[in-house]
Amino acid sequence: MEGTLNLVGFGLAAIGPGIATGLIFAAYINGVARQPEARNVLQPIAFLGFALAEALALFGLVLAFVL
Amino acid sequence: MRVYAATEGVKDEGFNPPDAGDFNLPPFIDGNSFATKPILLAFLSVLIISVFFILAARKSAVVPSKLQFAGESIYGFVRNDLGRDVIGHEFMRFVPYLFTLFTFILVNNVFGIVPLIQFPTMSRVSFPYVLAAITFFVFHYIGVRRHGLISYLKGIMFIPGVPKPAYILITPLELATYFIVRPMTLSLRLFANMFAGHLLLLVFILGGEHLLQGVIGLKLVSPFSFVVAIALTFFEFMVQCLQAYIFTLLTALYITGALADEH
Repeated sequence: MEGTLNLVGFGLAAIGPGIATGLIFAAYINGVARQPEARNVLQPIAFLGFALAEALALFGLVLAFVL
Repeated sequence: MRVYAATEGVKDEGFNPPDAGDFNLPPFIDGNSFATKPILLAFLSVLIISVFFILAARKSAVVPSKLQFAGESIYGFVRNDLGRDVIGHEFMRFVPYLFTLFTFILVNNVFGIVPLIQFPTMSRVSFPYVLAAITFFVFHYIGVRRHGLISYLKGIMFIPGVPKPAYILITPLELATYFIVRPMTLSLRLFANMFAGHLLLLVFILGGEHLLQGVIGLKLVSPFSFVVAIALTFFEFMVQCLQAYIFTLLTALYITGALADEH
């Protein structure tokens, strides 16, 4: 079997952002369930947080290819 | 880094998993490094966007046609959800920039799943770099115009209401955030999403094709790979729209931050 350890490292690095994304959307769903009219306010915040957490995973992906 | 010619058929025996080399498309005019597919697609996207919105806006009517309705809903989405709700009362100045950004990124991203084109322009890192650089200059320019150079930099470096010794830590971090991290994350997020998405589709489609050439047992597995590829195509469409939205949203947020009286 061939490959680089980079990809194993990327797999490990993706755990954190994966959990983070789950927490962000859990909080968003909770918020909308409690107060449905707050949806429009919460949506940009949720996607912003999601983008920030996801960016970390994607930096890992880029580094896995670059290094 | 390996560079493949697009016409190169057999690389070697066995399955070659797709890698970063698959994104280096050769120029279609020999020796002209500007005549490549991504650049052609960027021009095509400008053409598509211009034609679509000129047609949509040409016969403006009180009761809109379908085309006018489509154009107006995209414009309305950017103006209301990204401009008015985020930037606030002086949002109209920035709507043209946000709208250009959103449509350009959206069309270029969606090229990734359009049959026969199937290459997201933004998976070449230079395109997101340029877009992020424009956003970078726009929000700093606005900040400097609004506050003056000295007080803008002071606003970035010295947040009010922080104990004095903490500035040793906070000032370098804030400077790095505004001048390095923001443009870097903005461009790399878009690039990495498009890159990863295209690679994912390549893995399942090329993998399915390779399984089809194997023994009978492998042939039976191959359809599953194609089914997953189709499902991922729809997932990719969602990601592509989301990334265009996020890029524009972050630009709007940075502009808001530069306009704010206190950082």
